[in-house]
Amino acid sequence: MAKTILAADDSRSILQMVSFTLKGAGYAVVEAGDGQAALDLAKKQPFALVITDLNMPRMDGITLIQNLRTLPSYKFTPILMLTTEAGETFKTKGKAAGATGWLVKPFDPEKLLGVVKKLIG
Amino acid sequence: MSNPHEAFREEAYELLTSLESSLLELEESPDDLEIVGAVFRAMHTIKGSGAMFGFDDISSFTHDIETVYDLVRNGELAVTGALVSLSLAARDQIKAMLDATCGGDSCDATRTEELRGAFRALLPVKEDASAAAPGPGKVANPAAALQRTYRIRFRPNREIALSGTNPLCLLNELRELGKCQVVAQMDDVPPLADLDPEQTYAYWDVILTTGEDIDAIKDVFIFVEDDCHIQIDLIDDEELLGTDSSYKKLGDILIERGDLTPDALQEVLRQQKRVGEMLVEAKVVSPSKVASALAEQQQVKEIRSQQQQKQQGGDAASIRVPADRLDRLVDLVGEMVTIQSRLSQTALGREDAELISIAEEVERLTAELRDNTLNIRMLPIGTTFSKFKRLVRDLSQELGKEIELTTAGADTELDKTVIEKLNDPLVHIIRNSIDHGIEAPEKREAAGKKRQGTIRLAAIHSGDSVIIEIVDDGAGLNEEAIRRKAVEKGLVGEQELLSRHEVFQLIFAAGFSTAEKVTGVSGRGVGMDVVKRAIEALRGSIDIDSVAGQGTTIRVRIPLTLAIIDSLLVAIGEDCYVIPLSIVEECIELTRADVAASHGRNLVRVRDRLVPYVHLRDEFAIAGPPPEIEQVVITAVNGNQVGFVVDHVIGEHQTVIKSLGRMYRDVQGLSGATILGDGKVALILDIPQLIQRAEQLA
Repeated sequence: MAKTILAADDSRSILQMVSFTLKGAGYAVVEAGDGQAALDLAKKQPFALVITDLNMPRMDGITLIQNLRTLPSYKFTPILMLTTEAGETFKTKGKAAGATGWLVKPFDPEKLLGVVKKLIG
Repeated sequence: MSNPHEAFREEAYELLTSLESSLLELEESPDDLEIVGAVFRAMHTIKGSGAMFGFDDISSFTHDIETVYDLVRNGELAVTGALVSLSLAARDQIKAMLDATCGGDSCDATRTEELRGAFRALLPVKEDASAAAPGPGKVANPAAALQRTYRIRFRPNREIALSGTNPLCLLNELRELGKCQVVAQMDDVPPLADLDPEQTYAYWDVILTTGEDIDAIKDVFIFVEDDCHIQIDLIDDEELLGTDSSYKKLGDILIERGDLTPDALQEVLRQQKRVGEMLVEAKVVSPSKVASALAEQQQVKEIRSQQQQKQQGGDAASIRVPADRLDRLVDLVGEMVTIQSRLSQTALGREDAELISIAEEVERLTAELRDNTLNIRMLPIGTTFSKFKRLVRDLSQELGKEIELTTAGADTELDKTVIEKLNDPLVHIIRNSIDHGIEAPEKREAAGKKRQGTIRLAAIHSGDSVIIEIVDDGAGLNEEAIRRKAVEKGLVGEQELLSRHEVFQLIFAAGFSTAEKVTGVSGRGVGMDVVKRAIEALRGSIDIDSVAGQGTTIRVRIPLTLAIIDSLLVAIGEDCYVIPLSIVEECIELTRADVAASHGRNLVRVRDRLVPYVHLRDEFAIAGPPPEIEQVVITAVNGNQVGFVVDHVIGEHQTVIKSLGRMYRDVQGLSGATILGDGKVALILDIPQLIQRAEQLA
């Protein structure tokens, strides 16, 4: 069965690209427009991987990651943050919140697939 | 899916609209951080998506505005009427840039620079412009061919799983980089009672030989480098290559890794056993550490010797020998094997323990000598494959077809004589594929296929034979045409019922050709029957399968060697016969009662299956009554089981194949003869032919 990935981003175009890329590689993708929507979705079903943007309305990515990590079923789930900032502080902040890895925007689809493969094989 | 660029534009226009209203609101209430956040996010998204979809100018312009609003958000800069006006102007400029990308008026680049300058002026001096979107991907390392061996110790933080990292995924990623050995170190795993399943206790030593550079290895650990102990050491590369393939001693490796102190090593070295065992016994290192170091030693040794062979190009390590000398050697080994079996038999007869032990030693050596000698004659089949490339190229040009020949298993080895004798049949089969199989480009296109046809030539090992497959993606065999032709030629009756497979077998009948016109390439009267005979002369078999419109597969099975085979020696009456062991499945008993119970149908029950058998005593018209209990040797040819009834099974035998004299060459059911230990001659049974004969009689 295809692994299902939850992708959260307030940019529809990014979301579309992420979704298109991952679906092309055989993953199933569920899209969320912001952190809160992602959290609600995550509570309803388990995901193999969560990909989240950091700057989002309603709930930002860091808060989403922190919230996910408090859920027992998301204790070990890989979480990838997509960020426009390349700075170390974001990586540190993200990792402290419980992110597994990060990918700096803009990225090319190959790179995204490489990272996803690294995280969930 | 709609065009992502279009999606970006739509999104950007929406964002710009909401940005406009946010900016106007901000003018009303400059202290509302909520609104500042909204402005920042809008800019941020435009920047991020813009860069992603190739709108670099928009992205970099927006970056400057975003930087300013980041400061505002952090309270380092105040919202002023001037900033709002400037932002509104910038917003209009972004819109103009967007319009320009979808065929609108081109936007004014100097205006962009003006605005950008105005925003930059708002920034404190130590602005870091380099943070702008970095280019994706890195330049591939051009000199990647150099193989280096690294030692990697990956010791993850115990909490690693809690951040969602699966160490096994990382190890798998390393495996993809090259030849890789992973040794798990379990020393730190506590007893079950104390084990916390959420913690990761194990760590790993990895020996990796790769053409990638060290950055590629570091990249694997990019997400975990801060909370794992990762040590990557270059331990060997091609340039360091010494003259011999030896590598550091185990102890040195352990010391270099810091797993062992030199003193501790000296201490244990005093006792003399294998270093690894001693170290483990002395409890200075754990068995898994030794295993890991040994893995390193072994891998580096292997890589080094491979590289040495490569460097020498295989030339210095080989010598040319005239083929006839080799043939003579094989003959002599054959004689030797014969004499050896005589010696063994005599020794057993004398019941002299000393002689028997000498005979056994000779037997062992002869077997080794035999294998080695036959190995000398083995050549990779690829030598003929390359000839076929030329053939395909020339013929397809002549016939105006576009054909690609792909080969696989070129390094599969076969006896030199076999390879030579295979050449003509293979040429014939490939010619057939080019001429009759692959269609003209136009015809292929009309059938919805690629213009270029493919012929695939593959050789694979299968037990003691090699299977050569010739697969084309051409028109396939026309079952109806073959049938018609066969009826015309009187090979089959008009009403005869034939399976698809049986119809295909008809093309192996003498003088059979279905192509309507005779071309210069094939159809010269030499048909597939010649091919079949040539293959069978090599004790091989040929099989054909085809799907109309999709192509034809021809499968040739050839024994590895012709000279000496392992076989089963059986007896009927006074005489001995030899059955090649490769096709023997098992031997079962056949009693008179069994024969009576089958009511002359010649079927024997093997477990739950009924297997037909051939009574060789009857077949060869050997006089005298059969013994009370006979033996059935069950053979399998092309997946069909057939039994052969003999008086006794004597046992396994190394058979040196001698061809029969000219007079007897055409006798059906025999493929040769061999000389037994006591000097008697035993005939080698040609099982496939015997089965065919029995089928024809039935």
